[in-house]
Amino acid sequence: MGLLCNFEFGTPRMDAIEAKNLRKSFGPVTAVDDVSITIPEGSIFGFLGPNGAGKTTTIRMMTGVLIPDAGTVQILGTDVNKDPLTAKLKLGVIPENGTVYSDLTAEQNILITAKFYGMDRASRESRTGEILARLGLMERRNDLVRTFSKGMRQRISVACAIVHSPPVLILDEPTVGLDVYSRRLVIETVRHMNREGSTILLTTHNIDEANALCSTISIINRGKIVATGSPEKLKKTFDTSRYVEVSFDRPVGHGLFSAPGITRAEPWGDKWRVYTDDPDRAVKHLASVAEREHLTIVSIATSNPTLEEAFVKLTAGA
Amino acid sequence: MDPNVFARSILVITEKNMRIYYFKGPVVVFGLLFPLIMFLTFFIGRNLDIVLFFPGFLGMMLFFTASSVGPLITPWEKREKTYERLISLPVILESIIIGDLLAGAIFGVAITTIVFVVCAELLHLPLMNAGLLALSFVLGSIAFAALGTLLASPTTDNPSNIMMLSSLVRLPLIFVSGIFIPLGQLSGWEWILTSLSPLTYLVDLFHASLNGDAVYPPWLDILALVIVILVFIGSAKVIQKRNLVKGI
Ligand SMILES: Nc1ncnc2c1ncn2[C@@H]1O[C@H](COP(=O)(O)OP(=O)(O)O)[C@@H](O)[C@H]1O
Ligand SMILES: [Mg+2]
Repeated sequence: MGLLCNFEFGTPRMDAIEAKNLRKSFGPVTAVDDVSITIPEGSIFGFLGPNGAGKTTTIRMMTGVLIPDAGTVQILGTDVNKDPLTAKLKLGVIPENGTVYSDLTAEQNILITAKFYGMDRASRESRTGEILARLGLMERRNDLVRTFSKGMRQRISVACAIVHSPPVLILDEPTVGLDVYSRRLVIETVRHMNREGSTILLTTHNIDEANALCSTISIINRGKIVATGSPEKLKKTFDTSRYVEVSFDRPVGHGLFSAPGITRAEPWGDKWRVYTDDPDRAVKHLASVAEREHLTIVSIATSNPTLEEAFVKLTAGA
Repeated sequence: MDPNVFARSILVITEKNMRIYYFKGPVVVFGLLFPLIMFLTFFIGRNLDIVLFFPGFLGMMLFFTASSVGPLITPWEKREKTYERLISLPVILESIIIGDLLAGAIFGVAITTIVFVVCAELLHLPLMNAGLLALSFVLGSIAFAALGTLLASPTTDNPSNIMMLSSLVRLPLIFVSGIFIPLGQLSGWEWILTSLSPLTYLVDLFHASLNGDAVYPPWLDILALVIVILVFIGSAKVIQKRNLVKGI
C-alpha cells in the first residue's frame, strides 16, 4: 500500500491521468475521435457532454476495460495497456454500467474488493467499517445487496471504489438516477476523497454538478473535446453574449445606448437590454448618461454567462 | 507485471466464484443431477460389470461437475453488470479465465472425490496406482473446467443460452467417448470417433490407475489432456480478448 500514501513534499508532481490521442470506433460509429486529456494530481476534473458524446467509451479505455484502436493512457506514469495490474492498483472506478454482487452482503462486497487490492485483514476490516458508516449503510451491512435500492447499491459501489484510498478515483455518471440523500452522500464522498489527496475524474451530463464540483472541465461532443478550462474560464469564453439590464424612472429612446462597446440595445418589458462584451464599461456609460440626462436608475443588473450557455453553444447540433 | 498481484487476482476471483456460483441452480442441475441420472439410466438394472465400467462413470462425473461452473460465470456477470466492475479491478483477462477455471476444477475434484471414496468403500474397487489417479483428477478437472470457460466466452448476457450450448457440446462428447464401450472392443471409425473426445483419454487414465486395463500408454493420455487444456484456454483467451476490443 506504500505507493498510495507517499506523496511527499518536494517530489516532482506527476500527472494523475495522461491520455494521448485516444481513438475508438464501433463499426461505422466513431465513438471517440482523437481525445487527449491531462489531469494534474489533486484536481477534480469533469468530463461533460450530452448522451452518446463518448464519455463512457473514453473512461472505459482509461480504466483498462476497453482496448483502444489507437492512443495511450498513463495513470500516474503507468501505461494502462502495457502494465494493467500496476495501473489498476492506483485506480478506484465506478463504471456507468457496472454494479456490485447482489448475492453478497454490503460488507462482503467491500471486503472482497479490498482483497483484490492486497489489503491485510486488519485494514480491510477497519476501512470497511469506516466507509460503511460514512455512506450511511452501517445498519444494512449484513443484508444482501439484492434487497437494496438503486441509491444504496450505488453507495456500495462507491464504497468498493474507495476502500483502498485510491490516488485516482474515476466515476462515470455517479449520481444519475439517485435519490437526494444518496446523491448528497456520493458528492460529499467525492469531495472528501479529493481533500484526502485523491485526484478525481468524473463524467456527467449535469452542468450544475460539474460547475459545483469540478476545478477543470472538458466538454466533449461527438467524440471530440471541444473545450477545456475552469468553469469560470469556459463561461468567459462566451462573454460576447453578455448584457446589462437597466430600467429608468421614465421612458428613454435608443439613442441613449449608442456608445463604444455596446453592440446593441433592445426594450425588454419595462427594461432595456444592453448587449456588450464589456459589462464594466457599459455600466459606467449608463451611469454617466443617467447623470447627464437627470434620469434615475430604478434597477440595473448584469447577466452572468452560464456554463449552460457555453455548453449549448459548444454542443449545438448534437 | 508483478507476479504476486497476478496470483492474488486469480485467487480472489476463484474465491468470489466459489462463494457466488457453486450454489446456483444450473450448477446443481447440470453438474450433479445430470451425471447421476445418466449413471442410473445406463448402469442400473443392466447386468454390467461395475468394476469394468467404474472408470467410465468416474470420468463422466468429473466431466460434468468440472465443466458446469464455468459456462455460468461470465454470462451471469455480464447480465448482472458485475463484469464491467470486475475488469476495472486490478485483474487481467488471464486472471478471470484462470480464476473461473480453478473454481470449476475445484468443484469437479471435490464432488468426484467424494463419489469415488464412497463407491470405493461400498464396492471394494481396485486401485492400481493412487499417484496416477490423483494426476488424472487434476488434469481431467482442469481440462473440463477449461472447456466450461471456453463455452462461456461467446458474447451473451443470457446464462440459459450458454447452458443450452454447453449441453449441446457436452452430451456428444460423452457419447463419442470410450465410457460406454471399452476402448479395446472398438474398431475402425468407432475408434476414430472416440479419439476425438477428450473424455476418452481421461477414462483411459482411470482404467490405468484403477483397474490397470488401459488401452493407451499413460503418457499418451496425459499428453492428449495437456494439449486439450492448452487449446481450450488459448481459444477462450482469443474470444474474450476480441470481446474486450468490441466493448461487449
Ligand atoms: N460496445 C459498443 N458497441 C457499439 N457502439 C457503442 C458501444 N459503446 C458505445 N457505443 C456508441 O458509441 C457512442 C458513444 O457512447 P458513450 O461513450 O456511451 O457515450 P456517453 O457516455 O457520452 O453517453 C454512442 O454512439 C454509442 O452508441
Ligand atoms: Mg455514458
